Parts: sequence; C-alpha cells; structure tokens
Amino acid sequence: MEPLKYHKGLVYPLNRTNVDTDQIIPKQFLKRIERKGFGQFLFYHWRFHDDGSIREDFSLNDPKYQSASILVGGENFGCGSSREHAPWAIEDYGFRVVIAPSFADIFYNNCFKNGILPIELPNEVVNRMMEKSSSLPYHLEVDLEKQIVSDGESEVSFDIQSYHKEMLLNGWDEIAVTLTYEEEIDQFEKNYEKGVKTLGIS
Amino acid sequence: MSQPQTIVDKIWNKHVIHKEEEKPDLLYIDLHLVHEVTSPQAFEGLRMKQRNVRRPDRTFATMDHNVPTKDRHVIKDLVSKKQMETLKRNCEEFGVRLADIDHPDQGIVHVIGPDLGLTQPGKTIVCGDSHTSTHGAFGALAFGIGTSEVEHVLATQSLWQARPKTLQVHIDGKLGAGVTAKDLILAVIGRYGVRFGTGHVIEYTGEAVRNLSMEERMTVCNMSIEAGARAGLISPDETTVEYLRGKRYVPEGEDFETLAQEWLDLASDEGAVYDQTLHMHADEIEPQVTWGTNPSQCVPVGAKVPDPEAMGADEDVDGVERAIEYMGLQANQSIESIEIEHVFIGSCTNSRLSDLRKAAEIVQGGRVHENVTAIVVPGSKSVKEAAEAEGLDTIFLTAGFEWRDAGCSMCLAMNDDIVPPGERCASTSNRNFEGRQGNGARTHLVSPEMAAAAALEGKFVDVRKYASAVGGG
Repeated sequence: MEPLKYHKGLVYPLNRTNVDTDQIIPKQFLKRIERKGFGQFLFYHWRFHDDGSIREDFSLNDPKYQSASILVGGENFGCGSSREHAPWAIEDYGFRVVIAPSFADIFYNNCFKNGILPIELPNEVVNRMMEKSSSLPYHLEVDLEKQIVSDGESEVSFDIQSYHKEMLLNGWDEIAVTLTYEEEIDQFEKNYEKGVKTLGIS
Repeated sequence: MSQPQTIVDKIWNKHVIHKEEEKPDLLYIDLHLVHEVTSPQAFEGLRMKQRNVRRPDRTFATMDHNVPTKDRHVIKDLVSKKQMETLKRNCEEFGVRLADIDHPDQGIVHVIGPDLGLTQPGKTIVCGDSHTSTHGAFGALAFGIGTSEVEHVLATQSLWQARPKTLQVHIDGKLGAGVTAKDLILAVIGRYGVRFGTGHVIEYTGEAVRNLSMEERMTVCNMSIEAGARAGLISPDETTVEYLRGKRYVPEGEDFETLAQEWLDLASDEGAVYDQTLHMHADEIEPQVTWGTNPSQCVPVGAKVPDPEAMGADEDVDGVERAIEYMGLQANQSIESIEIEHVFIGSCTNSRLSDLRKAAEIVQGGRVHENVTAIVVPGSKSVKEAAEAEGLDTIFLTAGFEWRDAGCSMCLAMNDDIVPPGERCASTSNRNFEGRQGNGARTHLVSPEMAAAAALEGKFVDVRKYASAVGGG
C-alpha cells in the first residue's frame, strides 16, 4: 500500500448526506475479480445517463473539479454495503483524502487498507469547505503526522486512531504485521480449542 | 461479585489474542463465511504473497449474489460466470468447503449459516458482506468486513478491532396482530435514523424482542447495519437453544446440553451497563412502508409521504426532496395510493421458511394483480424443499407468483432479477437505495405479509385487513 504522510489537493464537494456504497459503485461493476480499474465506474449513475453519455447536472463532471484529489462529503458517508470496491473506485479515480462530518464504520475501515485517509471534522467546518469549494478552486493541505488540515487561511486538527495513522504513514501490509504475532495466535488457539468437541466445520 | 457484563463484553474477552495500549485488540475469528463477490481479490492477494488459508475448517463458502434463480445453469453474464468459477477454483486450491450452485446446501450465506448450525451463540463471525449482522440473532458477534479484511482473516484467522461501544435498543410490550419483526426494525430505524448505531454494537432487548422466533430475530439483526451498526445481537435464551438443537454442525446429546448452558450464560447480566439505551414500545409500531431512498424514510402504511415544506430547517430537506423525486412520488400522497409493478419476496432479511409461510397465508386463494409481476425466492435450497414439502409453492404458483431457486436475486440485481427503470417494487429486502434493484428502480421495503398483500391488490394496503394476518380466518 502507498504510504500517505502529507497531501495537498483540490477539493471536490459532494453535498449529499448518506452517500451509500451502492451510489459510489453500483452493483453491476462488482463482478470483476480484479482490484484495479474501478475509478471509471465511480458514482456511475450520477455521472452518466443510461446511454453512457455524461450528465451535465452532476458536479463531478464539471471540468473545474477534474484534478480534484480531496472529496468532501456529507454525514454518514459510505453507508450500506461493505463492498471494498467503493474505496477502490475512489482511490483509482484519484482521491486520496475523504472529509465528512461522519463515516459509516465499514467504509471508514476499508479506506485505511487502500491508502485513503478519511477525516472526520465538525459539521460547521465541513459546511465551510463545501461552500468555499463550490465556487472557486479550493485547495487543502493535509498533514497526517501533525493531524492538521489547512486551507492556507485557517487550520483545523483532526482525530485518528494511532493504529490507523501508523498504518497509513508507513504503508504497511497489515497481514505481514499480524503474522509477526503468529506464535501468539498459535498459543491462543491451543488453549481456546482445548476440550472443544466440534469446531463447526470438520 | 464481579461487575455485571453485557454479552458483547463476554464474547469479546474470550476472543482477545493480543492486547496493547493505544492499539485495537487482535480478535480471534471463529467462523468466516465467504461468497463469490467480495472474495476473489482476497484469494488473489494470498496467492501473490504465497500465503495459505490458516483455518479452512473455520471457513465456509457459497455462491449467492450472482446465481440465476431460474434456468439455473444458464449464466448469460460472462463476468458473473467468471466470478463464480473463480470462487470454485479458489476453494479447491485453498481447501475451503464450498456449497456451489449444484450443492444441496447452497443458498444465501446468511440463511445457510444458521440453518446448518454453523452460526452459534458466542462465536465471532465475519463475512465480506454487511448483512453478516444477521447472525447476531443467536447471540454471536457477527459483522461485515471489506475484502482486505477477508484476506486478513483467511491468512490469520484474526482481525484488529477496537472494542465497540454498546447500544441497547429496548422494546417493551407485545407487537400487535399483523405487525412483524420487519416492521419493528423499520420503525426503530424510522425513528432513530440510519446512523444512530455507528461505532456501536446494538443489543436488542425487551419483551417484544424476547417473544420473537429465531427467524424473526434474524430479520431484526439483519438490518442493524441499516442503522449504522456493524453488528446487532440478541442474548441467547431457550428459543435460541431449541432452534439449534439437532442442526448439522451442532453437537448432540450431553455435549449439546453442556454447550447450551454455556450459551445461556452468555446473556447480558442483570444491571449490565450500555454506552447508550433507546426505548420504544411495541404499541407504537404499525406495518411500515418505506417511501424514500434509505431505510429510515419509512412511515406506517396508513400515513402519507412527507412534505419537505413542512419540515424544520434542521432536517435533511434536500435529501427528502431528492428521494421523493427519485421515487416518483408527491409530497402528502397517501401510501395506500402507491401502485406497484413488482413484488419481491426473498433476501437475507425475509426468505426463510416462516417468512414464506406468512406470505402464503395472505396469498392463499387470491390472485396476483394484473399489473404486477411477483416472485418468491427462497433463501436456500433447503428452505425451498421444506416449503415445497408443505405445499407453499403450489399456493404461490396458483396465485400467479413465480417460484424461483435460491439466491440473493432482486435484492441487489447482480443477477438476471432486475426491476426496470422507473418501475416500482414492494420488496422484503433491506435496502431501498437508488438503483439498488436495478438502475432507476424504485424500491419500497415491507414485510413479507405486506408484500404479499400488495401483490394481490397492485398497491399498498394495510395487511391487518386480512383476517389471516391478524390470527383469524
């Protein structure tokens, strides 16, 4: 996984609440067995008409957001299905940071496995970012080490679990980390399964 | 005496492999359920790093999302076909047991786990599917995970997890006649919204919950994720024990009795403290219909579509307006005036034998409305066989329903069962998101009884007008 320490980028505001992962990536694209190439399907039915032509009324299609790499969304971003195809699509499209007042748990976790930094900020801060980015080009600087988001005029700090932070800063392969605890897992299993008659499937 | 504990505390403490300050706990996973959609990239990840599945004997796979529910072996979509073949190949290569399309155990992963007795109280259960919360009905800690976590569990049989907060949803009283478990959970989400459970495990308690059968409890826990909670559970009791007695993967005789006592001891202690508690009374709950594009946008069947102009400034007026527009409805339109073209009875929420029985009681002797296409999709092959053994298929077929093979079907339209753009479906599934049942499709979530009645009348009606729904006739 790509480490993420610092990111500066153009903001794209998606001013909707409860954006579910079915909207982020519709079901017909979940049949692929690859991990890459989902960016073209991001927000598919909001970006495209049924015949595949571009929907001018959807803001992400506005050329001014073409190089955006920070997505600012509404409450409960990423709710619904656990599909990791959602962060795959967001990352593949070019976003590295997602900011919202709140995130759904599974989506939030999935982001860290894919080099995306999800940042929870208070409603009024997110609203201000929405406002500023919907008219003029608006850039944010995100410093993960210091846990600060800045727009050059003001800055705001954010919370993150130290485990998540370290994982992103170092771009760790989480399984490799866990496998360093393999002996503990072995020992746990030995005690745990002592005297157990059936494990379930055997 | 030790501090009273919740069931979540008890399960959690038994499964912690490694604990450290400032870090999530490394949690042992008892059972990993796998399906074709969220696993291919995980198996590929193992292959690339030359890793193995640590415990194939704690892993069980099936095919459900993509499978056709008629003409079983004609998989027109080649990408779907490839995904199913990939699961088969992966299971063979890594030694994972698979109930594939021809296997007698095949079905929706959250229907077969409990039915086989793989799901048991006290277990930690994960699956790359958000509706894994279903298994919480047994007093298991069960939650959905992403594909990276699927790979992690395959490789290590564990997950790094921060201890969740607990949220008690307490429902006093008895549900009225014709009011179902589906109405209960929709009413809770309708009142408290789609994110009150975020960061929490919900425990459902109270008389109305205690009186539910295991299959009804599964319906409730299934939709915990629609409230934002990754997991929702119900403390085990005699209902749980009796349901599991005799299931295939549950021990027999004295071993069962010993295990059953352990299960009962898992129940939350009297006086256990939750981070938060919400109360409702069963009297307040009526048959529900969703009108919008998330499950909290629901009202009692006798009510009306809300009016954004009458809403307060602090409410999500934009969201409501957009939902009404997408759904092709009018503000203040009565729910009972909404005409439908499709009915879907199925999904991991409502496709078990008791769901089909209750729908069949409404349907018996009736006729599907001429404007409606109605399908019944049993949750598993064994549910289908059991339903046929008692003649439910005949009741549905005689009334003009289609009787299909097991799978996720029209819940998420990853197969051939799709609601066309602009058309409207009364559905017993769990999500009414935009495009969920097909691009442009309009979904109204209801109970199996309400869906059955809507099929007959071509529009929503209060199922309580049917004597069979209220215990008469």
